[in-house]
Amino acid sequence: MTSDMTHLDRLEAESIHIMREVMADAAAPVMLYSVGKDSAVMLHLARKAFYPSPPPFPLLHVDTTWKFRAMYELRDRMAAESGMELIVYQNPEAKARGINPFDHGPLHTDMWKTEGLKQALDLHGFDVAFGGARRDEEKSRAKERIFSFRTASHGWDPKKQRPELWNLYNARKAKGESIRVFPISNWTELDIWQYIARENIAIVPLYFAAPRPTVERDGLLLMVDDERFPLREGEVPVDRSIRFRTLGCYPLTGAVESEATTLSEVIQEMLLTTTSERQGRAIDKDGGDASMEKKKQEGYF
Amino acid sequence: MTDPVYVTDALIAEDIDAYLAQHQQKSLLRFITCGSVDDGKSTLIGRLLYDSKMIFEDQLAALEADSKRVGTQGGEIDFALLVDGLAAEREQGITIDVAYRFFTTGKRKFIVADTPGHEQYTRNMVTGASTADLAVILIDARKGVLTQTRRHSFLAHLIGIKHIVLAVNKMDLVDYDKTVFERILLAYRAFATEIGITHFTAIPISGFKGDNITSLSANTPWYKGPALVEHLESVEIGAVADEAKPFRMPVQWVNRPNLDFRGFSGLIAGGSVKPGDPVRILPSGKTSTVARIVTLGGDLEEAVAGQSVTLTLTDEVDCSRGDVIALADAPPEVADRFEATLVWMADEAMIPGRAYWLKLATQSVSATVQAPKYEINVNTLDHLAAKTLELNGIGVVEVATDKPLVFEAYGDNRTLGGFILIDKLTNATVAAGMLHFSLRRAQNVHWQATDIDRDAHAALKNQKPAVLWFTGLSGSGKSTIANLVEKKLHRMNRHTFLLDGDNVRHGLNKDLGFTEADRIENIRRVGEVAKLMTDAGLIVITAFISPFKAERDMVRAMLPAGEFIEIFVDTPLEEAERRDVKGLYKKARSGQLKNFTGIDSPYEAPEDAEIRIDTTAMTPEEAADRIVDRLLG
Repeated sequence: MTSDMTHLDRLEAESIHIMREVMADAAAPVMLYSVGKDSAVMLHLARKAFYPSPPPFPLLHVDTTWKFRAMYELRDRMAAESGMELIVYQNPEAKARGINPFDHGPLHTDMWKTEGLKQALDLHGFDVAFGGARRDEEKSRAKERIFSFRTASHGWDPKKQRPELWNLYNARKAKGESIRVFPISNWTELDIWQYIARENIAIVPLYFAAPRPTVERDGLLLMVDDERFPLREGEVPVDRSIRFRTLGCYPLTGAVESEATTLSEVIQEMLLTTTSERQGRAIDKDGGDASMEKKKQEGYF
Repeated sequence: MTDPVYVTDALIAEDIDAYLAQHQQKSLLRFITCGSVDDGKSTLIGRLLYDSKMIFEDQLAALEADSKRVGTQGGEIDFALLVDGLAAEREQGITIDVAYRFFTTGKRKFIVADTPGHEQYTRNMVTGASTADLAVILIDARKGVLTQTRRHSFLAHLIGIKHIVLAVNKMDLVDYDKTVFERILLAYRAFATEIGITHFTAIPISGFKGDNITSLSANTPWYKGPALVEHLESVEIGAVADEAKPFRMPVQWVNRPNLDFRGFSGLIAGGSVKPGDPVRILPSGKTSTVARIVTLGGDLEEAVAGQSVTLTLTDEVDCSRGDVIALADAPPEVADRFEATLVWMADEAMIPGRAYWLKLATQSVSATVQAPKYEINVNTLDHLAAKTLELNGIGVVEVATDKPLVFEAYGDNRTLGGFILIDKLTNATVAAGMLHFSLRRAQNVHWQATDIDRDAHAALKNQKPAVLWFTGLSGSGKSTIANLVEKKLHRMNRHTFLLDGDNVRHGLNKDLGFTEADRIENIRRVGEVAKLMTDAGLIVITAFISPFKAERDMVRAMLPAGEFIEIFVDTPLEEAERRDVKGLYKKARSGQLKNFTGIDSPYEAPEDAEIRIDTTAMTPEEAADRIVDRLLG
C-alpha cells in the first residue's frame, strides 16, 4: 500500500536510522547545533528518532558571540522545548583576546569555530558529534562519508575514510579517535525547505524577508544587528527588505534583498535564484575552490 | 529551459504552492554510473545536473572559466569539471572515490553515486552500487564492449542491481550511426546472458551534445525507446518491491523512557506490519503480537519496508539490539556457518582463520573466514584457485561466526544478507560480503550436554580453572617463567598443565608452518585444547609468542570471563636478541629464517594484559611469585 513513500519520507527514514545506529557504539554522543535551518531539521529528526524518549544526547552550540540576536533567542527556546541539555561553548582564548570578525579576518573563524569546536569536544570527551553538513553544499563534500573519522587531533584524512556499504556503518574506533556523523548528507537545500514546510519546523525569522538596517560592504549586504558593528566612514545603515539564505556570524553573512515573507515564497525564490547557497558566506572565498576541503582537513566542520 | 521534463519551471514562477504540492509527491531513485574517464561519465552527470538546473550562475561562471583553463573540450563547457571534487583528484584528472550527486525532475528525485571505472577501484564501485536500484553502464560508441564493460556489468549484477541501462555514449562521434549501436547491442546481449543479466535497456546518447538525455533526439530517428531521464523516472524502486516480502525488522535500539513503555526501534527491512500481527523474535524464536506502531506524529495503522518506526509488543519478551522481529509464520533462518561472496577492500590481504568483526544489519559477531573456494577474475569471470583475497579481490568463501546470525540469502533481502568485515585491530572496514546460504554442518552438529560439568570437575580438584597465557618475543623468558610458575603451583597441590609452543609443534600442530595463516591456526588449536583442559578443571599454562592481538582475543573469547589471564613478558627486542638463547635471531638476521617475530614479522604488544612482567626489572623467580600471587590472591 505505502509504495507512495515520497523522497522526503525516505530521506527522513534514512536519517533516523543513522541517528539510532550511532547509539549502538557511541560512549558520549553530542549533536552540534548551530541554530540554522539544517540544525532545526536535525533536531526535529532526533526527536522523531527517539520518541517517546527525548534524544539521548545533549546539544552543543559552539558560539562565537557574534551570531544574530534572533539566533540566540530561538536556540534557547528550542533547547527548552526538546527537553535536551544545551551546552554553549565559547573559546576562552578567543574571548580573552577579543577576537572579532571585523579586525581579525580568517582568524575569527579559526579560533572561535575550528578551535572552539575541538576544545569543546575534548573538554566533554564527546566521541561522536552529529553535524548538519550536506553533500550538495560543496564539491568536496560530495565525497564525504556519513560516518567521518577524525584522528585524536581532529584531523580528517580523505584517503583513510572507510567504505560505506548498504546502510551498514562501522562506528568502531580507537581511544581518542572520534567520529563526525552527518545524518542529512543526502538532503538537498530544497529538501530541507520542503521538510521544514511539511513538518512545520520553527526556524529563525531572519530566513524571511523584513525591513532591516543594512550596509553594503565588499560586495556583501550586511545587517547591522547590534551596536558592535563598526561603521566605516560614509557608511549609514539603510533599511532594506532582506532575508538570509544561510546564517552564521552576522558580520560575515551576506543578506539578499527579498520580499519573500512565507515559506512558499522563500522556496520559490530559492528555485528561481541564480546563485548557490554558500555564495553569501565570506568563509569560502579564501584559497580558491578547494578551500572547504582545506578547512575540513584543519578540523573545521 | 524549454525541455518537457523540466516544464515545472513555469509552475514555480506562476503557482509555487501547486508546484510544491506536486513536488511533495516525488519518489526517490538511487543509481550509479559506471564507466572510465574516457567514456564521458562525468560529462553525463554534469549534463544531468545542468539540465535539471542544479547548477547556479556563480558555479556556471566558474565552470566556464575552468573549461577555458583546464577543460578538455576545446574551450566549450566541460561538464566533467562540475563533478570532479577533491583537489588532488582534479589535478590527476580522475575521480578516485565515490561521490554522491543530486538532481530532480518533474517526477523524481535522484541520488547518483559517481564511481570510478579503473580496475583497482572495484571497491568503490561495489560501495556505490550497494545502495543503488539501477546502474547506468557507459560505453564509448567508438570502442564498443570492452573488458571494463564486462567488469562493471558483472559487479552490478553481483551486488544485485535489477535495472541495468546500457548507455552507448558519444553517438555524435560516430555520426549517430544505427548499425554501430546495433552491433554493440548484440555483443552486449551475448555477454549479459552469459553472466545472468536477463534484462537491460540500451539507449544511444551523447552526454556532450545532450542527445536522448532528457528527450528523444532528432539525430537518432531510428531509436524508438525511452530517453535516459524518462527511463530513470519510470523504473520500479527496490524498496517498493521489498514491501511484498515477509515482514522483518532488525532491532536497532530499545526505547525505554520509563517503566511503562518498552519499544523496539528499527528500519523495516522487508514486508509490512500492522497492530495485531503475530511476530517472532529471532534468534530466540519467542512469539508475541504487535501492539502499537509508535511515531512522534501519532500511532500508525500500518508500516512498510523502508520506514523507521518503533514497535511495542503485547508480551514482555526478551528483545534487544541485534534481534530481528519477523512475521511469525515465515521467519528468516538462523545459522553460524555460511557460504558467501566476499569483496576484499583493504590493502592488507585477507588472513584465513583470523577473527574479524562481522556486522550484518544490527548484529555484530566475531567471524572467521576460510581460504577461498575460488577467486573470480572480474575481467574473464574465470574461477581461480586462491589462498587469500587481495585488495579488490572477489571470491567465494566459508564464513563461521561465534554466535548464530539471523539472516536471509542476499538475493532475497539485501539488509539481512549483506555484511561487512572489520579488522579487530585497526577497526578498518576490510570486506563486503553477500550471504548465499547456511552450511548444513553447523545445523547437524549439536552440543552434547554431559552430566558431570566443568564446575563438578573443578570442585573435585578444589580449585578455580584458569588459563595463564604467556605472550612475548622469542627469547623473552616466557618458558622459563612459565616453568617456575608450574613448579610453584604443583608444590601447592594445584592441578596444572603446561602447553609449550615448541612441544605442541612436535605433535598436535606438526602439520603447521610459520605463515601468518598457520600461526593463527596454531593458536586456535592451542586455545581449544586449553579450553577443554579448563573444562576438566585444570589450571593451564601456555607459552607461545602469539604475536597477534586478534588471536589472543579469540582465545580470550572462548573462555568464561575472568578465566583468561594474559601475561605479557615484556622484554625489549634488543635485549631478547642480545640473549638469543636458541641462536634464532642470528639466523633470522642472516635471512636463513623467514617470518621471524620482531625481525620480519610484527609483534602486537598487549595494551591491557592482566599482568605485565618487565624482565629487565625483576628476576624470573620474582616474576613467578607475582603471577602465583595474582592467580591465587
